[in-house]
Amino acid sequence: MATPAPAIPDETKLTPKRKSKAAEAKENLTSKWATAAAIIIAALWTIPTVGLFFTSLVPGEYYRTDAWWTVMFEGNLTFENFGIVMFDSFGDSTSAQPLLGNLLNSIVVTVPTVVFPLVIGLMAAYAFAWIPFKGSDWIFVGIFALQVVPLQLALIPLLRILGPEGIGIAGTFPGVWFAHTIFAMPLAVFLLHNFISQIPSDIFEAARVDGASHTQIFFRIVIPLAVPALASLAIFQFLWVWNDLLVSAVFGSIDTYPLTYPISNLAGDYGATAYLTPPAAFISMIIPLIVFFSLQRYFVRGLLAGSTKG
Amino acid sequence: MPLAALTGGSMARPQAGLDAEFWSTQGQNFILGAVAIVAFIAVVALVMFGADLVKGKWRDKVQLVVLITPVLALLAIGLIYPAFDTVWLSFNEVVKEPDPVTGINTETISFVGLQNYIFAFTDPTVLRTILNTIAWIVLVPLISTGVGLAYAVFIDRAKGEKALKSLVFMPMAISFVGASVIWGSIMYDYNQTGTQTGMLNAVLEFLGFDAINFLAAEPWNTLFLIFVLAWIQTGFAMVIISAAIKGVPVDMNEAASLDGVNAWQRFWQITVPSIRSTLVVVLTTITIASLKVYDIVRTLTQGRNNTDIVANKMYVLSFVEQRQPLGAALAVILFIFVIPIVVYNVRSLRKVKETR
Amino acid sequence: MKRRIALPLALAATASLALAACSSDSEPEASDDTMEPTGEVMEGCEDYAAYGTFDGGDVEVYTTISGVELEQLVSTFDDFQSCTGLTVTVVGSDEFETEINIRIEGGNPPDLAIIPQPGLLQTVVGTGSVVPAPASVEANVDEFWSADWKAYGTVGQTFYAAPLMASVKGYIWYSPSDFADNGYEVPTTWDELMTLTETMAANGGSGPDYKPWCIGFESGTATGWPGTDWIEDIVLRQSGADAYDQWVAGDLDFASDEIKSAFEAFGAIALNEDYVNGGLGGSSSIVDTSFQEGGLPILEGSCSLHHQASFYEAQWPEANPDIVVAEDGDVWAFLTPPIAEGDPAAVTGGGEFVAAFNDSDEVAAVQTYMASDTWANNRVSLGGVISANKGLDPANASSDIGRASVEILQGEDTVFRFDGSDLMPSAVGASAFWTEMVEYVNGKNLDTVLADIDAAWP
Repeated sequence: MATPAPAIPDETKLTPKRKSKAAEAKENLTSKWATAAAIIIAALWTIPTVGLFFTSLVPGEYYRTDAWWTVMFEGNLTFENFGIVMFDSFGDSTSAQPLLGNLLNSIVVTVPTVVFPLVIGLMAAYAFAWIPFKGSDWIFVGIFALQVVPLQLALIPLLRILGPEGIGIAGTFPGVWFAHTIFAMPLAVFLLHNFISQIPSDIFEAARVDGASHTQIFFRIVIPLAVPALASLAIFQFLWVWNDLLVSAVFGSIDTYPLTYPISNLAGDYGATAYLTPPAAFISMIIPLIVFFSLQRYFVRGLLAGSTKG
Repeated sequence: MPLAALTGGSMARPQAGLDAEFWSTQGQNFILGAVAIVAFIAVVALVMFGADLVKGKWRDKVQLVVLITPVLALLAIGLIYPAFDTVWLSFNEVVKEPDPVTGINTETISFVGLQNYIFAFTDPTVLRTILNTIAWIVLVPLISTGVGLAYAVFIDRAKGEKALKSLVFMPMAISFVGASVIWGSIMYDYNQTGTQTGMLNAVLEFLGFDAINFLAAEPWNTLFLIFVLAWIQTGFAMVIISAAIKGVPVDMNEAASLDGVNAWQRFWQITVPSIRSTLVVVLTTITIASLKVYDIVRTLTQGRNNTDIVANKMYVLSFVEQRQPLGAALAVILFIFVIPIVVYNVRSLRKVKETR
Repeated sequence: MKRRIALPLALAATASLALAACSSDSEPEASDDTMEPTGEVMEGCEDYAAYGTFDGGDVEVYTTISGVELEQLVSTFDDFQSCTGLTVTVVGSDEFETEINIRIEGGNPPDLAIIPQPGLLQTVVGTGSVVPAPASVEANVDEFWSADWKAYGTVGQTFYAAPLMASVKGYIWYSPSDFADNGYEVPTTWDELMTLTETMAANGGSGPDYKPWCIGFESGTATGWPGTDWIEDIVLRQSGADAYDQWVAGDLDFASDEIKSAFEAFGAIALNEDYVNGGLGGSSSIVDTSFQEGGLPILEGSCSLHHQASFYEAQWPEANPDIVVAEDGDVWAFLTPPIAEGDPAAVTGGGEFVAAFNDSDEVAAVQTYMASDTWANNRVSLGGVISANKGLDPANASSDIGRASVEILQGEDTVFRFDGSDLMPSAVGASAFWTEMVEYVNGKNLDTVLADIDAAWP
């Protein structure tokens, strides 16, 4: 995009010749200070993860006593820990299963629980935004307020419903999906509603005048227009479920435990396997990052792209 | 106390079960997942097209019911009923009397009015957790939205914007427990003697300062805990704000800069007002998250040194100490904290509906 | 097990995972044609004949145990599984204490739970979801355990849970060579211990930042428990077994003179900057030092004494595989001495109890096996732990300290008392007592500490 050179504000005029290509590209970095601040933020936000990465490479015998940089200067860092964590059973919660099994469980838990709330949430969001009916506002507000019901308090009542005294799906994948879907509802409806309600109203009015039903509008207009919002919400729901421990621990079983379960046991176990916590935590980050990068382009239109006029 | 975790390291480990059975189980799990997704979508589509077959004046109503029933049903089961249950429990007291022969408790539930709430606001420990929680819900949204906004503006249309964005987004990919491990053992770690293995203290000592026991140094320790959540949430704020900034018409900025308005004024007079509703959504979401997240405190300090927050206290009271009514009262207090945010959002919702 | 499973696929998943859990070396050998008279019992299964045989069946055992110890626990079921046809799935969670309450309240308890504290057993039994131990389990416990141990598995007048493993607390670890070099003697009274401490502080030691004692309280969500062990040891020795029993039952307040003086005796060491914390810093470093690392400065010569239970022996080789734990080796331990010469030998200890949440034959079979001498010998032979099971051959213990501990546990004239914090209600024993120990070491006023613990008692 060819941007016409803007009038240079006074303070940059005083800065002698920094007309490099980079300076041109960064026209919004209006001063050295902004650049410096961006670099500092980027560094601050990255250093802990870098630290985690290097700590993952520290062999067990040094883990307790030496910092990773000491081990690095001595040339003793190794990638071995990743292999142990992934393919060797090291006595985690699942006793005979290497972490790879939990990693695959994480995928099986996460993917459906991203799809279900998106579909159900989008249906409701459309209804609350564009179908006028009595009490619509109040129900929507109620759903919004439910976001704050602490998950912990919902565990026991819901477990009674899903457990052996109820429909008996606790401990299986469907049980975990069901619980996650419920807990995702308030935020999904809230965020999707924000997006959909900002679609220009003439689109819907024109469709209604043409005699389109709500079902037809939903499939022909709402879904295609909501793709960027769905993609963004999908990322956040993915991250939330992927990183969840509590719901999976309560509604799952040894057959379904995701990555967070053995990691949490490792972290609480200061014994012989403590040095495997950093590599395990690092592995658990990789798939969410891949998901983020592959869906990142949707952010250009973004979750709230329509909201700028408000 | 845990006897676990303390045995010799010389045990031969059983070899990993990466055999045919492992793969067939995992394969079945994946098939189960795929079948569930396809079946779910098929059912939704069938019901919706079924509703479309209805003719006449009932059509809209039937379709409305189809659209909102799933959400309402799920919420009624999973959140509304527990919410009422909690509120009711918070006004009661449960007395457990064990049977002398079997040891099985007889529970007597009696209404005690505001007693649990009075306790919450008079007990110094609980009061402190409430004050800490207020610090969390003020500072976490401010830090993460502030930093996210600044960063989004600074890197907007910069070279390698995507890469720069992902650096700050990366912590979002880490679970709360994982983040606590990072900060607790890699950043904040502290040794009174010997060499520092925590990165922050190593830097402090390198610069000639004394090492700090970050998680014990009152009252700053609460700030250090808050920073862990802010560190995670900044990526969320930045990504959404950045998308909103891209929606601000370029010509507005250009016109302003031709008029000689400097970048700082452009930021406050054009960018911020244009993305106001985005900022509200981001602040709201992060505030609610910071009310509910208990994992960080539970993993890093367990509330020691005056760092406890309501979400963790509630968890401990309800599930460890078995004092559910008091835990329920704390949950209701959390809910009350959010009312102003709900009211604000409702008002801006009304405005949007009126203006269109 | 009674868990209903909604989907056949999930059922298949359970079965094949369970098969994977059953290691191949434990495959039963097909009984050959020259059959023994009994016919039913497979070769190598004589020890397991009592538990019957089943056509499949899955029993879930839920526990706090994790890591290597969990693997050892799993392998105690290898032969049992192949002989009985049952599948035992062991699940370990470090959030056991909270998750067990949630699972019970939600109506989805495990089949068996290994409960690490009698106090928690009481809470769990109180919900009404634990079934009384079947006769076969009770018979095993009557045969193999002392009446004291059976009483800890009893709530009200009903026997619910058989003991499993055990540990002896109140050891003080030291380095025999350090003692020999400096001419120190193992103290026989509390006063001698304090005099020894004073002498050590005056003499100093070879390592950096030498102090006589080193202490570590840090243990994740359970931080502070090593301090409760100190107090319990001192109460039992200062005020005797009766006062101890009243205290853990809640009839003697923390604010009473007996308990307060125990805190003061501990404080005389832990709050004295000349006495703690060798190689680690001052008093305030106690809270930040993990209990696993608490005693390791002995190896550096930075401290001489460390108070910790028998299981701490496993920690030494982890710091340095060449360390020999023996009376004439690199580290060894003596029991915390009595207050006065001639006081009865008193020890505190800990252990676990196996509670069942349903009364199916499958569960009873696993439960009976876990209460047997066969299980105790199988498990103890794998190393790292001991049991108070009288059918246990002390020779099976993997170490000198293990053998010594088994003999103490089986000894007739020892006053044995269970770890007090494990007997108290969870609100105290798994919460306030821990956190207030931390506060005490951090310098909080003692009277406030004691009053705050009393306030948490339900």
